[in-house]
Amino acid sequence: MANKIYDEKYPVSYPMHGAGGKTGDWRLLTPRIDREKCSKCMLCWVYCPDAVIDRETLEIDYEYCKGCGICARECPRKAIVMIREEE
Amino acid sequence: MKTILDTGCHIVAQAAKSAKVDFVSAYPITPQTSVVEEIASMVQRGEIDCRFLPVEGEHSAMAACVAAAATGARTFTATSSQGLLYMHEVLHMASGCRFPIVMANVNRGVFAPWTIWVDHQDSLSQRDTGWLQYYCASLQEVFDTIIQAYKVAEQIKIPIMVNLDGFVLSHCVMAVQIPDQEIIDRFLPTVEPAWRFDPQNPTSYVSVTGPDLYEGFRTSLHQDQLKALDLMVQAAREYQELTGLYHGDLLDLYRCDDANTFVFAMGSMAEELKLSVDILREEGIKIGLIRLRVFRPFPKEAISKVLPEDATVVVLDRNFAFGHEGGILFSELKDALFTRRDNVRLLNQIMGIGGIDLTYQYMAEQVKNLLGL
Repeated sequence: MANKIYDEKYPVSYPMHGAGGKTGDWRLLTPRIDREKCSKCMLCWVYCPDAVIDRETLEIDYEYCKGCGICARECPRKAIVMIREEE
Repeated sequence: MKTILDTGCHIVAQAAKSAKVDFVSAYPITPQTSVVEEIASMVQRGEIDCRFLPVEGEHSAMAACVAAAATGARTFTATSSQGLLYMHEVLHMASGCRFPIVMANVNRGVFAPWTIWVDHQDSLSQRDTGWLQYYCASLQEVFDTIIQAYKVAEQIKIPIMVNLDGFVLSHCVMAVQIPDQEIIDRFLPTVEPAWRFDPQNPTSYVSVTGPDLYEGFRTSLHQDQLKALDLMVQAAREYQELTGLYHGDLLDLYRCDDANTFVFAMGSMAEELKLSVDILREEGIKIGLIRLRVFRPFPKEAISKVLPEDATVVVLDRNFAFGHEGGILFSELKDALFTRRDNVRLLNQIMGIGGIDLTYQYMAEQVKNLLGL
């Protein structure tokens, strides 16, 4: 057993911005919101597993969006489309 | 202080009530059943401000206790034998989470074959789960130890199992002194937990931990277990000052002062052994009893201080260390004395398995046989 005296007793994890690095690098397809079609129903905000959609402005934080496409799949008005970055 | 006359199971429930537990989840199992019945009745009658959660098994009972403790609730449960074995996975979780849960375990032998009677195989099989373990010899000690266990657990943030022998203690009626609630409240103030779930300040707890951190958490659990020895001594003495009730610190010593021969045991059989010691003393044997109150952490220093250089120790085990040469207490004692006492002679016998009645006459005979007298 290690001789060091350990102070770590409670394995608590606190929320922080980008604990896993800039996961936007992982993205193959990018969600784009068509503001004309959007009714601000907020389903994309509810479903986004990475919480990268702003609740007020519905701006997507592309530094952390992994491009999973759940927002586009859930959008009832098809206001979100997934496009290739280079397009 | 009032004196009540009741069974061991009901005294356990009374102790939970006196400790003002906030949450109890438990599943009934012989011989612990009437602990659960009594606590559920107390909650229903409104005698205790406590949430009682019935569940479908012991794995869920301990999981519910862990969840309740995560909100900062003072949490209690009770089980026995197979129920304790079924909890095994969650016992590791409770200690790793550092939640000060207190559990009464009514000792009963384990399946197979089926038995409902006492031995210590169930709780000793949980030795390395990170829980602290007390063993009691009377109903007064059961009550006092549960109160003391909360004190220690909430200071060191490690769960504690308080063991009492099935039927011999759980179903026997004894007179127990219940200290005034005001005294117990002074001994056992409400302690703010080191961490709790708080919706205003969201955190997650005990999530995946890499090799860089995991060892640290596990090592601190081990180091704090050892620190609990001092807290257990303090708790026993502070409780004695407040109530006059005392059963020993880590050990209960009987006629040990001038002894060169010792019997070493725990649980109700060790209380009975005091009478065996009296018989053997009358026959001129300089014998004393070391009753182990605390099995985890194992009080190595305290034991070796009691024993003179040339002591003979007869260890009476109510359990099996299968595939080893003796019982679990025997192995633990040998380990404790290795390098501390080179000349101590150790003898061992396993007895009382699956509820075989251990009378003081029988045990006195067995001790004499082992000593070759």
